[in-house]
Amino acid sequence: MMTSHALHQLLTHAAQLYPEHTAVEEPEQGAITYRTLAVLSDHLRDRLCALGVQAGDRVGIYMRKSIDTIAAIFGILKTGAAYVPVDPGAPAARNAYIMNDCAVKVVVIEERFASKFCEELAQLGTQPQFLRLVGTGGGEPLRQALEQEQARHPAPVVATALLAPTDLAYILYTSGSTGRPKGVMLSHDNAVSYVDWCSEMFQPQAHDRFSSHAPFHFDLSILDIYVPLKHGATLVLIAEDIGKTPQQLAPLIAERRISVWYSAPSILSLLTQYGNLEQHDYSALRLVLFAGEVFPVKHLRALQALWPRPRYFNLYGPTETNVCTFYEIPVHIPEERTAPFPIGTTCSHVQTKVMDEHGNEVSPGDEGELGVSGRGVMQGYWNLPEQNSRAFLVDSAGVQWYKTGDIVVAGNDGNYIFLGRRDRMVKRHGYRVELGEIEAGLYHHATIKEAAVIAVPDEASGVKIKAFLSCRDAKRPSLIELKRFCAEHLPLYMIPDLFSWHEALPKTSTDKIDYQRLKEMA
Amino acid sequence: MADDIQKTVKEYILKEFLPGEDPEELTETTPLITGGILDSIATLKLVAFIEERYALTLAAHEADVEYLDTIADITHLILSKKP
Repeated sequence: MMTSHALHQLLTHAAQLYPEHTAVEEPEQGAITYRTLAVLSDHLRDRLCALGVQAGDRVGIYMRKSIDTIAAIFGILKTGAAYVPVDPGAPAARNAYIMNDCAVKVVVIEERFASKFCEELAQLGTQPQFLRLVGTGGGEPLRQALEQEQARHPAPVVATALLAPTDLAYILYTSGSTGRPKGVMLSHDNAVSYVDWCSEMFQPQAHDRFSSHAPFHFDLSILDIYVPLKHGATLVLIAEDIGKTPQQLAPLIAERRISVWYSAPSILSLLTQYGNLEQHDYSALRLVLFAGEVFPVKHLRALQALWPRPRYFNLYGPTETNVCTFYEIPVHIPEERTAPFPIGTTCSHVQTKVMDEHGNEVSPGDEGELGVSGRGVMQGYWNLPEQNSRAFLVDSAGVQWYKTGDIVVAGNDGNYIFLGRRDRMVKRHGYRVELGEIEAGLYHHATIKEAAVIAVPDEASGVKIKAFLSCRDAKRPSLIELKRFCAEHLPLYMIPDLFSWHEALPKTSTDKIDYQRLKEMA
Repeated sequence: MADDIQKTVKEYILKEFLPGEDPEELTETTPLITGGILDSIATLKLVAFIEERYALTLAAHEADVEYLDTIADITHLILSKKP
């Protein structure tokens, strides 16, 4: 296997070795071979360059997950620009903020999202160029859009960009505590080093069939997309609506003969409970990988009983480093075990240590913050110098460490055990949620005077999000109105489960909201 | 029949997903999924409730916003399944 320094070279090499293999399947929509995917993404590269995109630019992706989107990702990478995928289901205002924040030059967008998005962009005083697709599915709408443009304004064939390993490949926006999402900048080398670790660890083969369950604006997508496409394997795209409906997902995994599954634990818990897994044939499945949140042991044990054949791995890492530690779940989980499994030991492409606030390694057995350094660590947050200086720490040996914010302890066997967060970030359905972003969203409501949000542990779903509110008016908005308001201003996974109204929220002696008291009240 | 189903489904949604809400606020046309009241897990719970209460089975594609977004939609779906 040749070594690649840029993500798009993985596809180029695989297309030379396996031109007629199926690269991507999109159930109900079609499939595409390596050769065709390479050619389609070349055509997009040429069109984007004709629109003025250059190496070092950003290009937005505002589309449903599809073969068209995969081709768009590679087309953008081939220009030397970084791709910026957004959640097409999130409020248009949030997506406009993101695209404006990182100053995308072009957005590849489905027509149905364009008008609302344009309005929001206009309010921000910006207007990137659009490459509009009538829809998505099987790669055909992208091919059509490129052909039509080509007929109107022929784009010359250009060379694929030659890049340095530190050049940006993509920016993933995650929840920001100030109420604004923040862009995590990741380079080609950040991703390639991780993909190479996956190759070494999971030994992918050209006959493997990988799931793509996570959305493309989520960091799980990096393994999903690039690991199979490096090895000539097949990627099976799972549509968002099917991906959250266990009754539809369970037969799909069996029928599509998925051999490597990767997702957040929440959908695996739902498959266990509602998927009727015993009715289907999962003999092709050899690996079950999960990441993003703690997998309740009760559900993991039940899943292992239903799917006894595959090996199970807990992968850990924030978007800023992607996966940096891993742990293989034992074949037999004792009945009495309730404690979550460790996050494990360090992946070979990064270094980790448990450190105090000065970056000094703590004594064995003491808790501290997990620091990560090495090839997997992000370049920084887009245009947020203050947050960048807070995110990194240089230790006495001169090594720069990313501070994960996760408090861990190393167990006797050397595996890290996750204990909690240093700040107000929680994981919900695998998504990272800054409680401050929910509060900022609630404050947009005209009648809300005070808003404070906390996470309450919940056995079934991991955490429940509870909002404490006080109101300016005598008449409070109804719960239904509040939830609808949230649905318009926040991604769906950030909508609180519970709301409670108060005359005023409890305060500390310095007149700040007393979160400790709120937790007791919850 | 339709009125009974509406009442039962409404009571279930109020009790499970909108505790403390004024029942008057929840009408047969209130958007449940697109309005942020039912997330994916809540939708699964609702489907399990409907299947058990009315002794019927929903097809996989029916556990979806197209069939479940309002109490009127849900009632229509249940009635279409009844002999």
